[in-house]
Amino acid sequence: MTTTARPPAPPVRSHPENRKWVGKSIRRVEDPKFLRGRGGYIADLVRPGTLHAAVLRSPHAHARIVSIDTDAAAALDGVYAVVTGAQAAELTEPLPDFGPDPAKHTWRCLAVDKVRYVGEGVAVVVADDRYLAEDALALIDVDYDPLPPVVDPERALDAGAPLVHEALGSNLAYERTFDFGDVDADFAAADLVVRDRLRWHRSGGQPLETVGAIADFDPSTGQLTAHTNSLSFTSYLFMVANTLRIPANKLDIHQVPAGGSFGSKLFVTKPLVLAAMCSRLVGRPVVYLEDRVDNISNCDHHGSDRVYDVRLAVTRDGRIRGIDIDTVDDYGAYIQFGVGHHGNALAQVTGPYTIDSVRYRVRAALTNKNQQGAYRGFGSEVNNWMLEQMVDKAARELGMDPVQIRRRNFIRPDQFPYFIPTGNVYDSGNYDAVLDQALEIGEYDRWRAEQTQAREEGRYLGVGLIAAQERSVFSATEFWFWFDEPGAPVTSMPESVTLNVDATGGITATLYSCAFWGNSPETMVAQLVAEEFDCDPHDVSIIYHGSQGGLPATGPGGSRTTVMLAGAVEGASAKIKRKARRAASELMEVDPDDLEWFDGGYQVRGVPEQRKTLGDIAIALHLFKHSFPEDVESGLEESQVFDHPYTTMPSADRKDLGVFYPFMGHACHVPVVEVDIATGEVRILAYAAVHDCGTLVNPRSLAGHIVGGTAQGIGTALYEEFVYDDTGQLITSSFLDYSIPTAMEVPHLRIGHVETPSPYTPHGIKGGGEGGRMMAPAALNAAVNDALAPLGVRVTELPMTPDRLRAAIRAAGVVTGGR
Amino acid sequence: MTEELQEITLTVNGRRHVLAVQPRRLLVDVLRDDLGLPGTHIGCEHGVCGTCTVLLDDASVRACITLAVQADGRSVRTVEGLADGMRLHPLQEEFWDKQGLQCGYCTPGMLMRAVEILEQVPDPTPDQVREGIASNLCRCTGYQYIVEAVLAAAPRMRSENPWDPTVPTEAKA
Repeated sequence: MTTTARPPAPPVRSHPENRKWVGKSIRRVEDPKFLRGRGGYIADLVRPGTLHAAVLRSPHAHARIVSIDTDAAAALDGVYAVVTGAQAAELTEPLPDFGPDPAKHTWRCLAVDKVRYVGEGVAVVVADDRYLAEDALALIDVDYDPLPPVVDPERALDAGAPLVHEALGSNLAYERTFDFGDVDADFAAADLVVRDRLRWHRSGGQPLETVGAIADFDPSTGQLTAHTNSLSFTSYLFMVANTLRIPANKLDIHQVPAGGSFGSKLFVTKPLVLAAMCSRLVGRPVVYLEDRVDNISNCDHHGSDRVYDVRLAVTRDGRIRGIDIDTVDDYGAYIQFGVGHHGNALAQVTGPYTIDSVRYRVRAALTNKNQQGAYRGFGSEVNNWMLEQMVDKAARELGMDPVQIRRRNFIRPDQFPYFIPTGNVYDSGNYDAVLDQALEIGEYDRWRAEQTQAREEGRYLGVGLIAAQERSVFSATEFWFWFDEPGAPVTSMPESVTLNVDATGGITATLYSCAFWGNSPETMVAQLVAEEFDCDPHDVSIIYHGSQGGLPATGPGGSRTTVMLAGAVEGASAKIKRKARRAASELMEVDPDDLEWFDGGYQVRGVPEQRKTLGDIAIALHLFKHSFPEDVESGLEESQVFDHPYTTMPSADRKDLGVFYPFMGHACHVPVVEVDIATGEVRILAYAAVHDCGTLVNPRSLAGHIVGGTAQGIGTALYEEFVYDDTGQLITSSFLDYSIPTAMEVPHLRIGHVETPSPYTPHGIKGGGEGGRMMAPAALNAAVNDALAPLGVRVTELPMTPDRLRAAIRAAGVVTGGR
Repeated sequence: MTEELQEITLTVNGRRHVLAVQPRRLLVDVLRDDLGLPGTHIGCEHGVCGTCTVLLDDASVRACITLAVQADGRSVRTVEGLADGMRLHPLQEEFWDKQGLQCGYCTPGMLMRAVEILEQVPDPTPDQVREGIASNLCRCTGYQYIVEAVLAAAPRMRSENPWDPTVPTEAKA
């Protein structure tokens, strides 16, 4: 770790006590419309007269497009346009791409000269309805010249491998090694070096609602009005405008609730670009709504797909000194976010432990698959799994208990704020407290006793225990510190709120990003507003501003929404109260300093009968401006743009990446499983999860995220995988083959909370949207390994499907009654 | 490729509709596009996820793999038929109270399946509810609070007065 002077941390906050609404599990304000089936999702907004687009998809993993004959399709009654990839390339610029050197792996809304994965779009049809559009797709004749596919990420890097992008000259899109601290010295001083090779296969968010967009281009004004359930990055709309060759101030994108995302609707530009391109071409509103095959094969949001070779430097007494990580990540055919997923992992690469040094080598391989995007954890969940696997292996090799080795290496409460070797800071935490509670509610000792009993009966019971991090509130540094040039200043990733108090004292909050995708931004903002103004959260109105003329906003991602919106609400509330206090002082002819806010109004300190409620003040400010001094304007409305409260620059030599993910959540998961060694089936017998996300806003909502995230983590651990065969065919192209856990696979969770408030955020809140999925894969792998320990079997590959488990058991020479 | 229209009669949430539809049109599309009932959502289009669940003559079906002509002369219940004006159905109230939903997309299908479960088994065990709703995927909740909600709604649906006076009506929300 460098000892160079760091920029100062923000001031430590004191948090109010005796909160009325923050910390209360209220019914969500979003829900009644969803319960009634009036959610207003993108598919619900299609008006009569809107034309429908459908996309023809490549059946080949890798093929040159020799020719496309669209005549028959275009001649079909009800068809308005057929656009091939080559034509689309004349109508649009490439899609927004944060990858390294985008010109060498150009990404467009439709493939131009060749297709690079099964499901890549080659042409789009616009017709009166979706049925006709699909009829027309069947009439398009594409002549493909198949090329050899590249499927395995390590072989993709071999000399002579087929090239996904000829312009790149290889399939290595990016490579870099970072060293933090004295790695070589720590390994030289180690008593034991634990090594392993680990494999994490790709899965994805797969929300039940796909991505869609409705675009309406008005040729008389040049204005494009769009509705989409994606594109959370309001502040980056100019890049979509650039793709469409439309001035950014003529593009108005409206928020639509997303029927789930889990990352996978983060900044999805392709459907919007397709719909907008078609609308401009035919002069009519056009909707493009992915079907399930479109989404599963072409969502641009497959998750991490990594091979790891890891070394851990450990002392005899179980102290972890250093970690050396070498990973190849299969990015698929494009690399829209660069290796930001690994930047994310570097925010918490050493977990909750006092590991002194880190070497991190990443190679990004391109293959003939759909590209990676975002999936709940954004690469850090994979790091959690890798690290906990290594810690468990170290414990096994040292003959230590999994609890003991973790306690020995935990960062202690008095060490916060704690800078990890990469330069990121952990603001606060109490890892022993979380572990203690997890052992208690998980009935760890009882299950250990049951395990002993079960083993005597020849049953394979396993208890998993992991302790890992959930970083929250990103600044975008993770995407660009990989590059020395061009440098950039730190990004502030703002979020904004406008609060309006109407003449009756009713409060409306305006949000500026596409904030709802299953989380509870409206409830949370309503609770925070209610906390400030002593009203009922269900009386607060929440509306969304379109992108045009909107305030800076970033949208959800990296578990940032609650903290950032809380900061914006806090700032806007303070401005409202400042104006209200002054108005009240004028109305009551008292000094503003003699007033105090109490129960929804300002009153004279010590004279509670002399008071004005917010409603009294608001009606005066709305209707009777001339009662006030010259500089007081009518109305009561204030906005706050809240910028990331704690982020700093990386050092020029990248020995220190700066602070970029400082609000550090933590969790401990304790699942108990039974493995049937004859079938490879894993049954979850019990599951306890204790999380610390700082101060809780709505405990029931957070618990919902923990259970839901854990359910997804169970899928990642046991069932879900986008499987591409040796020819590059996606053989899991529907929910028939891509297995999402049902209520029978997800157990009842026992949930516990520890609250270690952040010293740097409003109310001490940390983000908590991703934790379940960031823990469960590691925890279940630990449990299965614990179950199979008597057989000498360790499973090092996810998902742990029955065939993989059976293969591992067979490889250990265990003979069962089965085949 | 335009197919001849076929006349069908659907009774949806108690209201009779006479419609002319192409034989290939799916029930979910007719409900959403022809009858203006957007509550029935489309999820996987393979009959796997249950998002599009409606009750056809009191039995759940997947409206994304049911042709509208198959429902001719039959009665269909959708999520839009659950609430009684301002009053939510007890299942809707309990889903709200227990947070048995997050993004809300699977919710209409899940609610209709829950109605069917409680009509068939008015006093189910937690295991029966779990197994019952395993027909429907939810990607957000991990099912735990859906199970709680269905179990909480069951005794209320068996009682004379199923309404929970503490649950505000839509106007309040």
